Amino acid sequence: MATMTLAAALNSGLRHALDDDPTVVLLGEDIGTLGGVFRVTDGLQRDFGVDRVMDTPLAEAGIMGVAVGLAYRGYRPVVEIQFDGFVYPAVDQLITQVARVHYRTRGAVRMPITVRIPYGGGIGAVEHHSESPEAYFAHTPGLRVVTCASPQDAHTMIRQAIACDDPVVFFEPKRRYWVKGEVDESMHDAPLLDRARVVVEGTDVTLATYGPLVITARDAAIAAQDDGLSIEVVDLRSLSPVDLDTLELSVRKTGRLVVTHEAQASGGLGAEIVAGITDRCFDVLKAAPARVTGFDTPYPAAKVEEHFLPNLDRMLDAVDRVMGRQHSLTGWRAS
Amino acid sequence: MLRADVSPGRALPTHQQAEALQLVTPDGVRRDDPVHDPWIADVDDELLLHLYEDMVVVRRFDTEAVALQRQGQLGLWPPLLGQEAAQIGSARALRSDDFVFSSYRENGVAYCRGAQPTDLMRVWRGTALSGWDPRTIGMATPQVMIGSQTLHATGYALGCVKDGVDSVAVAYFGDGATSKGDVHEAMVFAATFAAPVIFFCQNNQWAISEPVGLQAQRPIADRAAGYGIPGIRVDGNDVLAVLAATRESLDRARRGDGPTFIEAVTYRMGPHTTSDDPTRYVDPSDKEQWAAKDPIARVERLLRATGALTDERAAAITAKADAFATQMREGCYGLPTPEPLSVFDDVFVEPTPELERQRSQYAAYLAMFDEEA
Repeated sequence: MATMTLAAALNSGLRHALDDDPTVVLLGEDIGTLGGVFRVTDGLQRDFGVDRVMDTPLAEAGIMGVAVGLAYRGYRPVVEIQFDGFVYPAVDQLITQVARVHYRTRGAVRMPITVRIPYGGGIGAVEHHSESPEAYFAHTPGLRVVTCASPQDAHTMIRQAIACDDPVVFFEPKRRYWVKGEVDESMHDAPLLDRARVVVEGTDVTLATYGPLVITARDAAIAAQDDGLSIEVVDLRSLSPVDLDTLELSVRKTGRLVVTHEAQASGGLGAEIVAGITDRCFDVLKAAPARVTGFDTPYPAAKVEEHFLPNLDRMLDAVDRVMGRQHSLTGWRAS
Repeated sequence: MLRADVSPGRALPTHQQAEALQLVTPDGVRRDDPVHDPWIADVDDELLLHLYEDMVVVRRFDTEAVALQRQGQLGLWPPLLGQEAAQIGSARALRSDDFVFSSYRENGVAYCRGAQPTDLMRVWRGTALSGWDPRTIGMATPQVMIGSQTLHATGYALGCVKDGVDSVAVAYFGDGATSKGDVHEAMVFAATFAAPVIFFCQNNQWAISEPVGLQAQRPIADRAAGYGIPGIRVDGNDVLAVLAATRESLDRARRGDGPTFIEAVTYRMGPHTTSDDPTRYVDPSDKEQWAAKDPIARVERLLRATGALTDERAAAITAKADAFATQMREGCYGLPTPEPLSVFDDVFVEPTPELERQRSQYAAYLAMFDEEA
């Protein structure tokens, strides 16, 4: 066990993957000499060479399409998209090729491509550097979509993602890159890539989230204890497929569900999860599930991003609502 | 007053008549070319007869496929009529360990790679999304998206370098695709990393109804220089010129000297697909001019002049072409419709719980009808 940041845990995971499998190749912009703008690939080109850690031209579609060709040749490409908002040029290749070559060829050709994307807001960035585009990918058949919230998960999950024979879109919560935690680099007893985990146990409300908001949700659960409320926090980890089994177990216990994510509400993961849980748990739900999300606006300017981003208070506001409590700020009450 | 009826790009630019490598004239006369002749020095009468036979077979089954579509047996077919030399001349230059990433029109290339008659039918009859297992014939599923495959070829070529082998990837695409960003990015990547890839552009003058003038204001091959890639313009209706240019490019790639861009200037004599109506946009006199440059007729003239093509041999070639077309038709009729639940197969290497749930629910739904019956 070692204490490291989430970014360092990813770096260590990538290093293991490069060590373990000679077909693993890293591609991206500024990932070589610079070590990535967030230093996630720091030192990897030095240690593994330019053939395995490749600085590419500034062309996201090109990176993704070249990764498809490498996968055709038997390689296991790990692509870095520098920022969430830069992924869109690559979306064509991701949706029309990466996600469906396996289906198209009836399993003859696999696409074991990992697409790393730093995502989410909260770092005071300029436009296109704070997006949460996960729903686009979760909507696409053939892609696995995952995200990590802790250094341990970051390390384990990136290794699992690279080892996975399906394409995996791996969202990294960029504002948590510097969060520190204990990391066990042995793979033993690691939960599977697509399994959710209960972060805090509770009995009154299930608070489901993922990525950057897991820490916020945990803090909310701690704060709610003072109020006599027991919140169970579930870190989904996998956004496609969503581990509804684990979530269902939690909601069957609590009877209430709040889902929170930074991404916009409409057509988002929250809607999908609420629908899935309502379908499974209608008989035990004590209140309509609630969502706490970014608003249906483009990501705003840095000085007002705090209003866009779900925070501890907005989460607890929603918890109050599903508990049928009068809300402290608006006086809103469930009817 | 400014005119309101200006329509840029509709006319065929004069540059499209620019010089292209030609080793056999439309009249069937072999032209000497000291630079390129060495690349086809091995092509004697017998080898030329094989190339001729390939083109005849390909035209024959292409015609058969159009008929199958007209008869309602195929949903769609993209004819390659007129492009036989471009496809045969290039594909026959390849080794089995090379790898092709093509568009949907390269059925002649697929034939050369070893696709079976029935394999050519699956996609167009709608029984599969890929006609074959790409690894068995060294050719990816023909790409429906325009130009996407140029990047795949580039990535594959990079893999060949990493593996230390001298295999080459070949990307086939059309003049329309050269406007796509993916093709541009592919050439940037290929040039940067000296990838052993050939960009083989069949400039057939049309992207559905759009003439090449809407895509390029200079000969397309000229673009290559801007990427630092050697570019060559060949008469795409001259099978020997195409063969020579492809061999030269392959050799460059195998030596580690990187990519080549080949523009094979040809003409799409048929519609874009069987759903298209070219009478709405093609000038018949244009088509007549290109008919006089037919890729098969010129080789036939050459082979007749040398005496290599006898009536007996011609009959044997026709018989082989007919046999292939017959196998294709019968294979088409015999293609089974996939099982309903197969739509759930192969989304992932292992199905997700949600997919399993949807499959079992749909299976139960279908079973209700069995019980009623």
